[in-house]
Amino acid sequence: MALAQVKIDATEERLNTLDMPQEGWSTAARKDALMRLRSMGLPSRRDEYWKYTRPDTLVQPKALDAAVLQTDEVPVFDGLERLKIVFVDGVFSADESDDLVLEGVAIERLADATADIHWAKGLYGVLENKGQNPVERPLAALNTAYATDGVLIHVTGKPSKPISMIYRHISTSSDAILHHIVKIDKGAEVTILENGPAAARFNKCMEIDVADTATFHHVRAQGRDHERRAATHMFARLGTESTFKSFTLTANGVMTRNECVIELTGDDAHATVAGAALGDGDFHHDDTVFITHDAVNCESRQVFKKVLRNGATGVFQGKILVKAGAQKTDGYQISQSLLLDEDSQFLAKPELEIYADDVACSHGSTSGAIDEEALFYLRSRGVPVGEATDMLTLSFLAEAVEEIEDGALAEEINECLAAWLARRRD
Amino acid sequence: MLNIKNLHVSLEEEDKQILKGVDLTVEAGKVHAIMGPNGSGKSTLSYVLSGKEGYEVTEGSADLLGEDLLEIDPEERAALGLFLAFQYPVEIPGVGNMTFLRTAVNSQRKARGEDEMSASEFLKAVRERAKSLKIDADMLKRPVNVGFSGGEKKRNEILQMAMLEPKMCILDETDSGLDVDAMKLVAEGVNALRNEGRGFLVITHYQRLLDHIKPDVVHIMANGRIVKTGGPELALEVEQNGYADILAEVA
Repeated sequence: MALAQVKIDATEERLNTLDMPQEGWSTAARKDALMRLRSMGLPSRRDEYWKYTRPDTLVQPKALDAAVLQTDEVPVFDGLERLKIVFVDGVFSADESDDLVLEGVAIERLADATADIHWAKGLYGVLENKGQNPVERPLAALNTAYATDGVLIHVTGKPSKPISMIYRHISTSSDAILHHIVKIDKGAEVTILENGPAAARFNKCMEIDVADTATFHHVRAQGRDHERRAATHMFARLGTESTFKSFTLTANGVMTRNECVIELTGDDAHATVAGAALGDGDFHHDDTVFITHDAVNCESRQVFKKVLRNGATGVFQGKILVKAGAQKTDGYQISQSLLLDEDSQFLAKPELEIYADDVACSHGSTSGAIDEEALFYLRSRGVPVGEATDMLTLSFLAEAVEEIEDGALAEEINECLAAWLARRRD
Repeated sequence: MLNIKNLHVSLEEEDKQILKGVDLTVEAGKVHAIMGPNGSGKSTLSYVLSGKEGYEVTEGSADLLGEDLLEIDPEERAALGLFLAFQYPVEIPGVGNMTFLRTAVNSQRKARGEDEMSASEFLKAVRERAKSLKIDADMLKRPVNVGFSGGEKKRNEILQMAMLEPKMCILDETDSGLDVDAMKLVAEGVNALRNEGRGFLVITHYQRLLDHIKPDVVHIMANGRIVKTGGPELALEVEQNGYADILAEVA
């Protein structure tokens, strides 16, 4: 079907503001991505998967300004032993980063990897391209074509500490496009952390190749700058007996769209995608997940919780596709919102598409308010109403946070959640 | 200690009067029991005193230690020294029992302008009290009441009572859902808390709980009023003859 002229115009208008880095091994993938992008066009409100989230501000040529949050709070993950990789408004900062040296892993900056031959060539734009079918993700294609920075992480062993990407936001008008590749060899294991607002507008893509028996842990805390906008994608391919576990905390942000596309290609693999979102006022947060089971005896879990107040909006679009032959699939999906007032809304679209006959898939979606019985119980014990409400809110979010395997990381996230709630208490 | 005068209460949602003039005084150091048939208003009385929403006081008063209970929030009533052991304790997934207890204890102390309990002080106090109620470390760690048996839930209520050291304790059908052994354990927990400065109001259908928690005064409640007051022998009379005779007698 030919694209509508208005869509072509919008896409070209955006492309006019961008320059493709023309260098080395990634050039072919970038050109291919641009071609693909032109054939699908940037998202518009009429697209099925953008029905609940207005793409305008993510697509328009210039990013809208976003004020930088001034705070002297200790950032999340600060006390943890980790290898820091710092980006300032989307540009790698060697000064603020640690040396990119750690046993069991090779880390390289995308912008520095300009040779003609590189291991990342087999992945860059490859998983993203695969993830475009059956649902188009034009912002990810744009990312592949125009990413200016990022890191290429090749995990060969079990590094002793997490690799931590810190996205600092300094300029009110920054518009950043980052692309990371994570390749985890057979039996290897890595934990990737991400935190920070990154830029006024942030387009980030991460492609993750998890080989047989390899493990990927991911914990992310998206920055609290209220006016920031972000569109992020994760594309993962999972081998036999591999593990993928990703958790995202989103507190604030007028526009966040987090897409996660996972393909379980080897038997007995496990994938978990979880998220906790806290929104106040003109907050819009969208989790769009697509998990494909294409092997036997795999398990996948989607656990998403959103706390919404003062007119905030939460969106969840989650799909489990079980291909023919993917027997013994165990798919679980839950998306829930806690609406703290009548102005807030949660829009959920759970989807199951199953072509195998011996599978167990369950899904559920609910919206509710604070449980009055429980609130009275806590208050009758002397807990003030504000604190009691926070306790019940944390209790609501607990199921998502519990998906984080590492106790210390879960504790960091819980502290962020509690602090966010405490800041909003009288 | 607790003074209730001519208390009239209706449900907010529907125009239905539940309490129709309750008069009751509980003195420090005494155990009062309220017995009565289903629907007589016993549980409503406990909820109104502790501040649950959904009820409207249309007439009368209730004060604790001279403070007007009906004008203050549930958490303020708790800090003042009121405690309600729930008939159906609420399960709160995701909140650890210890965290909950400590928050409750320290919230009350803070409200009264007292020093908060340190982590080690608190731990020591909980362990001591939990032991006598046969509450193990696992129950303390688990989320509040989640997966607890009926008996465990009631024991957990008594543990909270022991930790919060209230001045006025209301027990709402604490015997419901308990077998004989569990009831004994709970009763022992309550008896251990009896002292000269503390008042108790024990609400129950049956006399058997009162075998273990010996009341000083027994009230019979029917149709939103206290219709008869007497000594422990009144409970035995109910046990033997049911409520019908007493109600016929006062009608």
